[in-house]
Amino acid sequence: MDILPLQDISPDAVVIWRWGFFSLNATILFTWVIMGVLTLISMVVTRNLSTGIEISRWQNLLEFMVTGIRNQIREVCQREDDYRYLPFVGTLFLFILVSNVLAIIPGYVPPTGSLSTTMALALCVLVAVPLYGIVDQGLRGYIKHYLEPTVFMLPFHIMGELSRTLALAIRLFGNIMSEAKIVAILLAVTPLFFPVIMHVLGLLTGIIQAYIFAILAMVYIASATRAQSERRQPTTDQNSEEKEQPHNHQQKGEK
Amino acid sequence: MDNTSLIGMVSIITAGLTMAIGTVGPALAEGKAVVQAMHSIAQQPDERNTITRTLFVGLAMIESTAIYCFVISMILIFANPFWNHVISR
Repeated sequence: MDILPLQDISPDAVVIWRWGFFSLNATILFTWVIMGVLTLISMVVTRNLSTGIEISRWQNLLEFMVTGIRNQIREVCQREDDYRYLPFVGTLFLFILVSNVLAIIPGYVPPTGSLSTTMALALCVLVAVPLYGIVDQGLRGYIKHYLEPTVFMLPFHIMGELSRTLALAIRLFGNIMSEAKIVAILLAVTPLFFPVIMHVLGLLTGIIQAYIFAILAMVYIASATRAQSERRQPTTDQNSEEKEQPHNHQQKGEK
Repeated sequence: MDNTSLIGMVSIITAGLTMAIGTVGPALAEGKAVVQAMHSIAQQPDERNTITRTLFVGLAMIESTAIYCFVISMILIFANPFWNHVISR
């Protein structure tokens, strides 16, 4: 039933099909499956969208998800232009979520349980954070953010960026891989009942990890784009905002 | 005692010690974080969403140290480079 043997910790080692130089391992195959499932569902649902009162249940699901992701992004970044981050963060969340939840299907190995997949996702975040920062506050403004408070902090900022990328990758990999391993080990020790409970726990962990990955990516992007807005804050119309909402002026004033 | 059994023994003992010692700190830290978050939610139930989200992000940060230990011990048990080197020679 399980195509991943116990002594392999990564689905990269499971080669399904080989043709000359090319070899298709389980990670690539199941990544393609997830991409296909996501694209197919989105295409079929958005084929006939309606703006009326009567909407199909699939459209309802999609609207619910997109609205939920947007609300979460808006709560983190505290800005009105949350739609800019929606494609990137939402794609990360949906991909990891579907990848982890599909683990209930026998014979499926989550591609997020492979370090190469999670490292690729974390590298996407590593590249996206400076991109959003530069688009938001220009090249000078973004680089100045590295030199604060003094120039000597530059190596620490760079080290921090690299180490948090590594942490992002290893956190997801470790959680998903540990779930698969624990279920496999328990199947050998106590076969009937206990692995099911651990599997349910693993599903919960997978959903939380998808949420955490997306939220952390959003927090990193927000920290790269917010530095400038906070400095701009005293010059904006802070007084009128303070009269309206005295305890909330910091969030509103950033606009 | 030859190299093979020595490497196997040290790897397994180190894997167990890594998990045992490496999970103490994160467990205590997560407990403290959850306690504080529960206090905060009890005091300010309106801020529940913000507190929960920050708690999850913080827990993920804390947990990552335990996950590092787990990955190291998994590598020592299942994909040990020294063991593979000795075996393949």
